[in-house]
Formats: sequence, C-alpha cells, structure tokens
Amino acid sequence: MITLETLVPATGLFSYAWLMIVVPAVVAAVLLLFGSILDRIGHWLAVAAVLVSFTVAAILFVQLLGADPESRAVSVPLFEWITTGMWNVKAGLLVDQLSILFAMLITGVGALIHIYSVGYMAHDERRRRFFAYLNLFIAAMLILVLADNYLVLFVGWEGVGLASYLLIGFWQYKPSAAAAAKKAFVMNRVGDLGMTMAIMSMLALFGSSSFTDVNSGAAHLTPFWATTIGLLLLLGACGKSAQVPLQAWLLDAMEGPTPVSALIHAATMVTAGVYLVVRSHEIFGMSDAASTAVVVVGCVTLLAGAWIGTSKDDIKKVLAGSTMSQIGYMMLAAGLGPVGYAFAIFHLLTHGFFKANMFLGAGSVMHAMDDDVNMRHYGALAKVTRITFWTFAMGYLAIIGFPGLAGYFSKDHIIEAAFEVSTLAGVCALVGAGITAFYMTRLMLMTFFGEKRWRPGVHPHESPLVMTVPLIILAFFSVIAGALMNWWIQEWLEPAVGNHVHEVSLVPGPIGWATLAVVAAGVALSWWLFGTKPIPDVAPASANPFTVAGRNDLFGDAINDTLVVQPTLLAARGLVATDDKLIDAAANGVGTMFAGLSSQTRRLQTGQVRSYALTMTIGVLLVGAVLILTQLG
Amino acid sequence: MNPITAPTFEWLQLAPVLVVLLAACLGIVIEALVPRALRFVSQVALFALAAVVAFGFLVVSWNEPKNSIGLMAMGSISLDGPTYLMWGALIIFGFLSLLIFAERRLGNGNSSFAASAASVPGSPAETEAGVARHEHTEVFPLALFSLSGMMVFVAANDLLTAFVALEVMSLPLYLLSGMARRRRLLSQEAALKYFLLGALSSAFFLFGIALVYGYTGSFDLGRINDAITNPVYGAGLLYTGMAFLAIGLLFKIGAVPFHNWVPDVYVGAPTPVTGFMAICTKLAAVGATVRIFYVALGAERWSWQPLLATVAVVTMALGVVVALTQTDMKRLLAYSSISHAGFILVAVVGATSGSLGQLTSFGSILFYLVAYGFATIAAFAIVTMVRDSTGEVHAISGWAGLGRKNPLLAGIFAVLMLSFAGIPLTGGFIGKWAVFSAAWRGGYSWLVLAAVAASLVAAYVYLRVIVTMFFAPPAEGVTVGRASGLTWVPVGLGALATAWLGLFPGPLLDLVDAASIFIR
Repeated sequence: MITLETLVPATGLFSYAWLMIVVPAVVAAVLLLFGSILDRIGHWLAVAAVLVSFTVAAILFVQLLGADPESRAVSVPLFEWITTGMWNVKAGLLVDQLSILFAMLITGVGALIHIYSVGYMAHDERRRRFFAYLNLFIAAMLILVLADNYLVLFVGWEGVGLASYLLIGFWQYKPSAAAAAKKAFVMNRVGDLGMTMAIMSMLALFGSSSFTDVNSGAAHLTPFWATTIGLLLLLGACGKSAQVPLQAWLLDAMEGPTPVSALIHAATMVTAGVYLVVRSHEIFGMSDAASTAVVVVGCVTLLAGAWIGTSKDDIKKVLAGSTMSQIGYMMLAAGLGPVGYAFAIFHLLTHGFFKANMFLGAGSVMHAMDDDVNMRHYGALAKVTRITFWTFAMGYLAIIGFPGLAGYFSKDHIIEAAFEVSTLAGVCALVGAGITAFYMTRLMLMTFFGEKRWRPGVHPHESPLVMTVPLIILAFFSVIAGALMNWWIQEWLEPAVGNHVHEVSLVPGPIGWATLAVVAAGVALSWWLFGTKPIPDVAPASANPFTVAGRNDLFGDAINDTLVVQPTLLAARGLVATDDKLIDAAANGVGTMFAGLSSQTRRLQTGQVRSYALTMTIGVLLVGAVLILTQLG
Repeated sequence: MNPITAPTFEWLQLAPVLVVLLAACLGIVIEALVPRALRFVSQVALFALAAVVAFGFLVVSWNEPKNSIGLMAMGSISLDGPTYLMWGALIIFGFLSLLIFAERRLGNGNSSFAASAASVPGSPAETEAGVARHEHTEVFPLALFSLSGMMVFVAANDLLTAFVALEVMSLPLYLLSGMARRRRLLSQEAALKYFLLGALSSAFFLFGIALVYGYTGSFDLGRINDAITNPVYGAGLLYTGMAFLAIGLLFKIGAVPFHNWVPDVYVGAPTPVTGFMAICTKLAAVGATVRIFYVALGAERWSWQPLLATVAVVTMALGVVVALTQTDMKRLLAYSSISHAGFILVAVVGATSGSLGQLTSFGSILFYLVAYGFATIAAFAIVTMVRDSTGEVHAISGWAGLGRKNPLLAGIFAVLMLSFAGIPLTGGFIGKWAVFSAAWRGGYSWLVLAAVAASLVAAYVYLRVIVTMFFAPPAEGVTVGRASGLTWVPVGLGALATAWLGLFPGPLLDLVDAASIFIR
C-alpha cells in the first residue's frame, strides 16, 4: 500500500505561491501590450520576473526542507473556477516535494537561459517579443506543475503548447520554422485529445479532477477504466514529451532559437509527460496494461532517439534525438512503478541541467560559426572557444554517465531498476546507454576535435560573458547535481510519488559495471570511426539501412504521412466533392425551387382590388370547406 | 316589468381607454382652436401626455386590490390579465409609433404626411399647400381614435362592442393610409383598397355576429359559451357564424387568404402609419381573436382548431415564400408581417391553458407580439431614415452597403432581422420557441414542424437583407438621414428590447404567465 499525500493548508509565505506564476505572466502581458517603449529594457524586465519566481520557489523550498515530512504538501486554494450542479472545480496550487523541485528547475534553468538569451538574441529586432513569449512559457509551465488538479494542469499544458508554438515559429519568415511550429502544434493536439478525454473520464468517474480525489479514488476503479484513463494520459504524455508514436515534431522544433530548444525542448516542457505519469501514479498502479505500455513507449523511444542521434550531422538535431532518448529513459522509469518514480524525476532534473548546458553550448558554437549547424563544417573548436568546450565537455561526461557526474547516478539507477522489473527493458536501457556514448562522442569529436573544416569567411570566437556565465553555472550543476541528490531524493519524494526507497552506494554493482563497459565500448567505437579518420565534408552516401533510417528520422514523417495525412487529405477531398456535388446541389436546387415558387406566387398580388375581393371570397369558400371536412371527419 | 336601472360605469378601471379617447377628442378641439403654427407641438405634447397618463391609470387600476379584475361597463368590457397586458402593450407601442409620426427633421421640416391630403395629387392646390408648409396635424387625433378602438377591441366582452371597436379602430386607419407625402397616388390607392376590402371583411364579421346571435341568442361571450355547452339547435348556424367571425378577424390579422391588402397598404401608407398598423393593429386583432375564440367559442375548439391550423400553415408558407423575391423593403416587411401572423396563429391553435412552469397559449402569443412589436417599430423607424434626395429609399438594392455608410444603424437593423428570423439571443427566438411549444403541448406537433420549416425559409429572407447591407458595394446617392430623437428613441428602444428579451426573457415571461387568464 502506497501512502497517500496528506495536504496541509497554506499559511504564511505559501499563500503567496501564486506570485511565481503571476509575475512572469504579467510581465509577458506588459511586454506584448506596451510595444516598442520597452524595447531597450524589456529583456531585463523578463529576466527579473523569472528571478522573482526563482526567489519565491527557493524560499518555499527552504521552508519545505525545514518542515516536518508530514506537512510538506501544501495546498494553496485560489478561487472557485467552475461551479455547476454536478461539479465544482476549484483552481488551486499544490506545493509539494515534487512540484517544488520542478518549480526550482523551471525558474532556475529558466533564469539562466533568459540571461543567456540576452546575449544570444542581442541582434534580433524582435527581442522584446521573444522575451515576452519566454515569460509566458515560464508562467504556463509553472501553472502546469503547481496545479492541484488536472483541469488547471491542462490550462498550463495548453499554455506551454502555445508558447512552444510561438517560439518554434519565432522566425516565422522562414517557411521551415512556420511549418515546424504548425507541426508541433498539430501533433500536440493529438496528445491533448488524450488529455481531455482522460480529464473528462475523471470528472465522470470521480466527480472531481483534483489530484487528491483522483489518487484516492483510483483504488476503486474497474480495471477497464484504470487502463483507459492510463492509456489516455499516456497519449497526452507522448504528445508533449515527443515519445513514439508522436515523436516527429521534436526534431523539426529545432527550427526555433537555440535557447528555446534548451529551455522548452530539452529541460522543461518536454518532460511534462513524465511529470504527468508520475503525478498519476495511483492510476498507473491500478493497471498493469497501462504501466507496461509506458515501459514499452519508453524503451522504444530511448532506442529510436539514440538511433536518430547517431546519424544526424545537424548538431541541434543530434541533441534533439538525444533528448527524445533521455526522456525515453524517464518514461521507462516512470512505467516501472514504485521502484522507478523517484529515479524518473531524478533523471529529469539532472537531464535538465546537462541537456540545457549542451544546448546552450551548441548555441554558443553556432554563434561562433555564423549560425551554421552542420557539424561537418566544424572541427578543432576546442582551442578557439575554450569556455564553451569545457562546459560542453562537462555536459558530455554527465550524459554518457561518467562516474561521479550527474548522469552516472540517475541513469544507472534507471537501468538497474529496469533489470529488476524486466530483463528485456533492462537490456534496452543498457544498449541505449552504449549508443548514447557513441553519438555523443561523435558529436564531441566532430565539433571540437580533428581538423578545421570551417567554411571560408567564418572566424570562430568565444561568446560574450552574458552567454558563458550561464554555461559555467549549468556545467557546475551537470557535475554535482547527481552526487548532490543521490542520497536524498528518494526519501524526499516518497510521500509525493509513493516510491520504494533503494539502497544507493558509490561503488557500482554488477549492472553498474556492465553499464560502464558498454559506455566505454560506445566511446571507443566512436573514437575509432570518427576520431582516427578525417571527416568527409559531405555525408557519404550510405546503403546501410540503419544509417538511411536514422538520417530520415526513422521515417517518422513518412509514416505519419501515409497513415494519417494522406487518408485525411483523401477524406477531406471526398467531403469537399460530396459537399459541392451533392449537398450544394441539393441546397441550390431547393433554393431555386423556392425562388421559382416565389416568383409564381407573387403574381397573385395583381394590384387589382377586384381580384383581391375575389381571393377573399374564395377564401370564404375554403374556410367553409375546411369546417365541413372537420365535421365530417 | 323590470325597473330601469342606471348603467354603472367603472371610471377608474376604464380610465386608460377614456384618457386616450379624451385626448383624441381634445386633439380635434386643438385643430379647431389652436393657431396653425402651434398645432403640431400641441398635438405631440397631448399624445405624449395622454400615453403617460393612460399608462399611469393602467398601473394604478391593475394594482388596486379590489375590482381590478372583472366585467366592467355592464358586462361589455372584460377587464382581466390579458386586457391589462394588451392595453399596456398598445399604449407603449402606440406611443413609440406616434413619436415617429412626429419626426420632422428627416424631411427638412416636413413630416411624412401630405400637406393637403384632400387636394388632387399634382394639382395647383396641392403645390400651394406645400409652399405654405401646411401640415395635417389631424393624424395625431386620428391615430389616438384608432388606438382607443384597439383598446376596446381587445377587451370587448360582447360581439357588438367588438364590432363597434373594430370600426373605430379601422376607419381612422383608412384615412391615415392615404396621407403619404410622397407617391400620393399610390397612397390614395392603398387607402381605397384598404377601405373596400376592410368593409367587405366587416360585413362578414357582422354577418357572423348575427348568425352566432341567431344560434345562441346573445352577444355576450360568456353566454355564447353557455349556449354552446348546452346546445338546443343543430350546429349549422353556429359553424357558419363562426366561419364568418373568423374571416373578419383573420382579415385584420393579415392571414392568408385574407392578406391581399397587406402588401399594397403597407407600401402605400406613410411609413410611420405602416409601423403603427404592423404592430398595433396586429396586436389588437390577435388579442380580439384569442378572446373571442377562447372565451366564446372555446367549447367548440375541435371545430375551429383545424381551420386555424390550415390558415396558419398557408399563411406562413405564402408569407415566407413570396418574401423571398421581394425587391422593396416595405413590401418585404409586409410579407414578413404576414408570416409572423402565421406563427402567431400556430400558438392560437395550440389553445393550451398552461400548467406549472409552462406558458399558456396567450402568454406565448403576447411574448411573441411584444418581441415582434419592438423589432417592427425599430425596423420601420429605420426605413424612414434611409433616404436619397427624393425621400425614403424602399428598394432593397438602395440599402446596399449601408453597413459601411452607417455601421451602427445597419448593425441594429441586422439584429432586428435576426430577431425576425428567430435566431437565438434575440427576442424573436424566445418568442418562436414559446409559440411553438404552446402548439406542441396542444397536440399540434405537425403544425410545429411546418412552422419550423417555414422559419428555415424565412431565415433566408432576412439574411439576404443583412448580406445586402454589409457585403454589397454601396449604392450611390443613398444616405442615412439626420433624424431627431423622435426617431432614434424607437430605434434604440426597439433594438435594446430585442436584445434584452433574447438575453433575459425571464421577467416578461413571468409577467405574461402571471396574467394570462381570461374571464367570462
């Protein structure tokens, strides 16, 4: 039996938790509404807003740390949102062990990325608008994680979707960016459909959508409904977290400015699916089918993402594939049940640091290379951009799981937990770790080592301090975040997610050693393939089906096109034809008929009073006839 | 031998009618005594005062705890909930119509009425009267006489009173129809047609009264009902009388096949008079019809329900179908008015006496009439405002692009059209819903289906006007005249009431529900 959270009402500072959301939301509105007056200071206003949110989150975190474990889940009621005869939905916030960690990540990493963007977007003439959208995102994401029920969560869920859409398409003059934004939005709608249906099912079954009611009511669910709600939630999670089968939008989303990729499409928004699954742990706990589906989705995605990562030349797409893959790990962990919940969140947090670090590093590299993203045009950047190199290297070591760094702790736990539950899942996770090492080493080698393959006229230089300082801070956390939380996070999260606490130690177990071996093999293979030979300037044509599939995103677009887009287009054309030829024809025919009838009938109105009198007299006869017929009938 | 008793007369209760009638007589005195220059202002002041005082008396006598309900004036006037409601509606709509009568700024100082209605159109005498800026201020007393007739008509508890009221109401209208300032021949022709056909229908009505008297031995509605429930003779006389009564009433309502006068008279009459007729005449005729058929002939409803149902179907169908191809705004509104008569008859046929939470037939009819009345008064007021150099523009093509010339006015007109079409969030929708549900509860579901089909076609008629106003290239030379408050008050009030009744129909529904019981 898993202990349920007991909520305590908000007192003191907790009553002001809403400030975290309201400040960035208001600043976003101000930046959007007040126009060019704020062009010169708008971005600093936005940075300040996030820092305020971060400060509030940090203070609340410290308070929770000091609080007694029983009273660490604080509910902050705000207002009655929807009142109907059947349901009353109260809008409220839930500040507990899980959501406060998220809030810290969002506002902390968010603040660093805001600062970085001040430099990165310095020459963009729509910088104010960019920061407004970023603040909007922060506000929506905080609503998502701080909501105390699914309906409010859904508001944030849609809000981050909107912000993601606006930011992917921020350079909307590029058709590819506009298309990518649209694609992300549409594919997310598919997931949202799952979310809405899940929420409606909850309202129908429990009469409430609050986490407390749903989690306590889950125990009484029939297996059918537990599985249905679980799968619907998983569909929503797949859309938002770019998990197979709704993964295709994330690679295209790299069209957005790089800080956006770092914040939204690596560190925070895309992990919302994992958060959702962990929040709904009671429902997944009631249905083996739904949890197994989560595990399968996680395994498939972690391998698919890694596979894509191996064959891309675009530095951001490699990182995007890697993000998919790492979220696959988190999903896998979340699907494993109580053994994995805490590790899913643990990996989510460490990934937030090191992936944001690497994305921003990639942005810094692009900054140096005049916005070229093709790694075949890089090489030998380690000496030119020293800070970027060293910070990126920390992220690299963290993600491949170099002992002692962040990813080492969090990923190894997931692999071990996977082996505990299912050997197959464990093998997938293990293989994924090897591929991760392979493609990340490839990225490092192609970017920072080897020969200069720079295009003519490109003069790489290190980025300004406003960009490198956030890199340094993130690199610092990439190194220590794992060790910092390893002995603490399981017990901290236990009341919120109901996990089983495991013994953790520094010395790896057998699986740990195996993981290290696989990782080392991946690094070595990559070194042999890319470190010892010169990199061809153009990707060599390859008949290797693995390479072809990887370069084509595992044919994700082709599959969507065949299975969904083409049938939909066909159906739409059919409907248009039916509408034109059948329905319109019928409607027009009726219209013509009435018009004809009308022009015939109006001739009765001759203007002659004698014929009017005659009509009246005929009318009298008709009245008589009707009366007589009535009497006879 | 019975001693002769002095007739009793309930002065307070009947004061609303008396005030209107007195004002009409005073209007004649004004015509005789007040200098020409002051007559117009005096007449306007008089009718405004009369409307306010009459309405005040209405409220006072309705709220009087004793004697507010009952038979008055020796049983010839029946003062009950429906009478009060009808009187209130007649006074309000009559007042709003008369405001439009009084508008002179639109015509550069001239009202809508001929300078000298009696002179031959185009003759020197007419020109002379125009140059001298004569005006027929008699229109105000005429309208007040007509209004007093209407008020008695809806309250009449015996058929003779009803007949007299019918004539009092009709005769001034015949005159008013012939007094248009523009297109005088058309106006005079309309007046003559109206008079001839009206006389014909009155003859039928009178004949019907005689036959019903022959069968029942009484003019009194209550006694007629008694005689029908305890029949002595074969019913042939009754049925014939009933048919003739129906013809006279259906003529005034403007139901098919007794509708022929409506388009011609609506077009020919001065627009303010058309507005007055479209609302007040319809209100009075429907009120009297419901009273006579429910109170006197209620026991025979199985005989007249199929008749009225047939008439309702034909009326709705012809009204909307012919409206489809109209090119003249006033004619379109005339056919619209015919089709609305059909929709109202649908509820009359239902003849349900409402239970808890359900409107009676009369309640739904009255709601419909009020919603229709507010929309109609505003619509005709707007018709007077859309002008070119020669006067009002009635061709719908001339209204093209009005949305660009005057978005406010075109927007209001669009709302009125939507209300006529019965689109939700307007009073017209609630009205249609009310009359349809009354007929449905009365067991006439087929009639409701026919009515829904008719409103479907009707929607096209009204939407076409909106499309023309907003999406057609603007017509040359047509402008929106600078009207005074006298026109803007009915326009604004009508538009607001249309929207209000659509959004918050509750208060009026409660009112008509609380006061829709007839007495015998």
